[in-house]
Parts: sequence; C-alpha cells; structure tokens
Amino acid sequence: MKVLVPIKRVIDYNVKARVKADKTDVDLANVKMAMNPFCEIAIEEAIRLKEAGTATEVVAVTIGNKSSQEQLRTALALGADKAIHIETEEKLESLHVAKLLSKIVEQESPELVILGKQSIDSDNNQTGQMLAALTGRGQGTFASKVDVQAGTVNVTREVDGGLQTVALKLPAIVTTDLRLNEPRYASLPNIMKAKRKPLDVIAADSLGVDLAPRVQLVEVNEPEKRSGGIIVEDVATLVEKLKTEAKVI
Amino acid sequence: MKTLVIAEHDKGVLKPETNKTITAAVKLGFDVDLLLAGENLSAMSEQAASIASVSNVLIADDAAYANQLAENLADLVLSLADNYSHIVASATTTGKNFMPRVAALLDVAQISEIIDVIDADTFKRPIYAGNAIATVKSLDSKKVITVRASSFDIAQEQAPVAVTSVTGKGSVGLSEFVSEEQTESERPELTAAPVVISGGRGMQNGENFALLNGIADKLGAAIGASRAAVDAGFVPNDMQVGQTGKIVAPDLYIAVGISGAIQHLAGMKDSKVIVAINKDPDAPIFQVADYGLVADLFDVLPELESAL
Repeated sequence: MKVLVPIKRVIDYNVKARVKADKTDVDLANVKMAMNPFCEIAIEEAIRLKEAGTATEVVAVTIGNKSSQEQLRTALALGADKAIHIETEEKLESLHVAKLLSKIVEQESPELVILGKQSIDSDNNQTGQMLAALTGRGQGTFASKVDVQAGTVNVTREVDGGLQTVALKLPAIVTTDLRLNEPRYASLPNIMKAKRKPLDVIAADSLGVDLAPRVQLVEVNEPEKRSGGIIVEDVATLVEKLKTEAKVI
Repeated sequence: MKTLVIAEHDKGVLKPETNKTITAAVKLGFDVDLLLAGENLSAMSEQAASIASVSNVLIADDAAYANQLAENLADLVLSLADNYSHIVASATTTGKNFMPRVAALLDVAQISEIIDVIDADTFKRPIYAGNAIATVKSLDSKKVITVRASSFDIAQEQAPVAVTSVTGKGSVGLSEFVSEEQTESERPELTAAPVVISGGRGMQNGENFALLNGIADKLGAAIGASRAAVDAGFVPNDMQVGQTGKIVAPDLYIAVGISGAIQHLAGMKDSKVIVAINKDPDAPIFQVADYGLVADLFDVLPELESAL
C-alpha cells in the first residue's frame, strides 16, 4: 500500500505572528519556519504504517516556493521514501492546493492519503476534506486512531462530544489530530541519508489547475488587545472583585 | 439570493451553535432556510422552526444522515445548493468535516470560521491562532461559510414556520458509522456555558481535576483543559480549549495551572472576564487575565470553593 503525505511549510509554532505595518498580511520576513505540526503527525503515522508492514511506500509532497524543499528533506529524514515538490511562488488557497494534490493522487494512486487537519497559519481546516471530495474518496478527519484493514480503514475521530469511529472504503483520505501519535525526531545519519533520496520538482502551472484567486485578502489587523489586568493578593480579594467589580458571579 | 444554514444537533437536541449561526446568517441580508438532517427529527423540527428569522425548515430524515457522515451530508447539501447563494454551518467538528467537501464539490472556496459579517461577500476571520484578524472577500458566486458560533449571539424565538421534507440520495457508499464514545457529563457544554474553569499541566494528574468540580458546581461552570493536560492524558480530548480544540467565550473564564501558550489563548481570549491562577508570576496567561492570583493552585482551589 502506498501512502501519500502532503505537508506544509509554516511559521514555527513557537513564534508569535506579527501583522505588517501596512496591514496587508502577516510579516514572515526573517521568521523561523518549520513543518506544520499536524503534518509531522501525518508523516509519523505513515512511517509507522510502513514499519508495521502495512504500507510499502511513503511519498511526501509539498506545494510552495523553493524553501519548502527543506520540509520535504525533513520528511525524507523522518522516513519518507521519496518527495515531490510542486513549485510555485503564488500564495495558494485550500481549494487550489486540494486540486493540485488531486493531480498527484491521480499520478501516484496512493491507497491512503494522510494530511494534517489544519495548518497553523491560515487555520482553514479544509484541504483534506476538499481533496476527498475531488477524488471521490471517503474522509476520516481529526483522527486519533487509524486502523487499516483489508479494503477499509477504521478511523477514530476526535469530535465535539467525544470520539467517533467510522469505516472508510479504501482508497481514502485521513486528516490527523494531535493525539494520533507523537512524532519522532530525525537522527543525524537519517538526515544525511535524506539528501540522497529522490525529490522530484513539478511546476504548479504545468498541472492544468486554474490557480486564480477565489478569495481576496482585503486587510489584516491585530486582534483587539485586552486591557491589562491586575494581580490580586488572595482568594477573598478575587471573589470580592468578581462580585462587585466584574459582576460575573 | 438566499441562505441555507445546516443545523447542528446531537442526541435529538438542537445545539445552541445553530441559533448563533442563524444570527450570523441573518447578517448576510437574505432569507434564511434551515436544513435539519438526521434521523427521527420530528421533536427537533418545531424547535428549529421557532428560531427567529428562519423562513423555512427543511427536514431530511434518513438513517444515512443519523451520524452526520461527511460524505452523505455533503451530497445532500449539494443537491439543495442550486437554490442558495450562501451555505452556512457552524465551525464545529461536524461543520468543519462536511462543509469543505460541499465547497470543493461546488468548486468554490470555503471561508472558514468567520467572527464577523461585513457584507454578503466580506467577512472577518482569525488566522495564526488568532494573532491576526483577516478581512477576506469571497470572489465566488456561491459562498460556503463556517461560523465561529461563540462570536455571535443566540437568535430570538418566533412563532413556528413551515417545515418541508426533502430527500437526498442517502448513503453515497464511501463511509459507515462504526461506534462512538460520548463523554457523559451533567455539566453545561463548554461552548455554551456562561462560566468555564479549565485546568492545565499544573493540575499534575487526572484525579486532581476533581478539585475543579466543587467550584464548577457552585458557578454552574463547564470544565475545560489546556492541550498540555489533554496530551498528558489527564482528561479526554473533548475538553480541550484552544486553537485546535474548542473556542469558548464565556462571561467568566478561570484558568488554573495553565501557562498560556499561544494556542490555548486562541481558544479563550474572547472571554469577557479572565481569571488566572498560577504559581509562576511570569506565566503568559497573566498578560490576558483581568485578575491574576500568583499562588499554588492546590492551596487556592479549596479556599476558592468555600469562598463562593
């Protein structure tokens, strides 16, 4: 079974995003970038499937400019067998990404595609579901457990009321939630080995997908700041303040 | 121009997210129809028909929709989409699951988790864990939108309107429901409670979360948790408040033993009043707290419970 893992280069999760002075976007100049945390979980899950003998090949794919090859090399160092870089300088939307990925799905015919449930930059939570729609496959989103059987995959999903398990016909699409696994770190020998693994580059505009924007970013603003609070001395003062000042209890 | 809202419900009860999403939908400026898809819906249909500003309630009663499977639900919504310019649902785990599927099948973008409606095409939504607010304009002729319910008020009631049955294809044969594990709780739901008290890594283990019970009882509060507490296995995933968990905006939020990581703040910083209890005076949670108490939570919690 072949597993395809789309990944994304995003702002490092420890870095606080700042809005540009001209309010056109978030300022990413000289900001530390990393693999989206949910994508790391997706790579880890695919590698575990390979280690368990369920998967035979793990292919990582990303869409972005040249720098995003760094994250592909990380995926290769973690254990992916090969990588595909769909190169573009454009800032793409989830629908474009899903359409480009559907072309790679056509080309690679993976039985399972595992993606992060959302990227921590745009926070859209759309790509996996859209890819499932475009490829006519079932979707197991927000997975906390993935159990591959003959012809089906059982996915336990983190939902608002608890957990829900669904059975999907293979081929299928899975998106990862936080509790699916704990990703490993790449070892130095594996980082060296990753440099020799195959990485194909495809130009995004060669895939025949209309990449015209569907959403216009009008403006980006700082969120409203909370006015500074106070430190109270003890529980009695706290309760008093909540009763008389804040009037919330 | 007309708007279709897909109702959020669970175990025969219409969720408050539905009413709040109606409020957002009304702001678009068009008539609003409400779609109720599931099984055995008659009890809920009158409740749905009584939400102010709803013009028609559409009922799709079929076992295939009982568990809100994305593949079946998206197909149903797609079959109704011709009649609507805007398709709207709440950004719950259900809405987040099926709505992007609807958008892709319609070949339009989805505008995720809006917190404000500027006009019928333009919306505000948080990005980067709420560290920036983007104003976005949809260029598609049909809009597919999910709504952060905590940013909108509950809609008023009205005299019940007409209820019409609709039928979809039912199961599209891609997925089946296997089982569910619902967390049983007598407490109000996190996303609807007026008061939320959450514990973090500082709680040290799952048993210590019992220290929050007495306070929650007295305040009628829901109990939440930080991602650190959920990852450590102290409490189940459905208690997580944060960027990738539940987004809450209660009147009072009490953070206990929570340091205040960016992704946690993203889930609670719109609360009206925030209280932080943490023994580390430098914890970032104090930067968003209205009232901070620098103390050991194991001393403070029993004291707080008896003071209430």
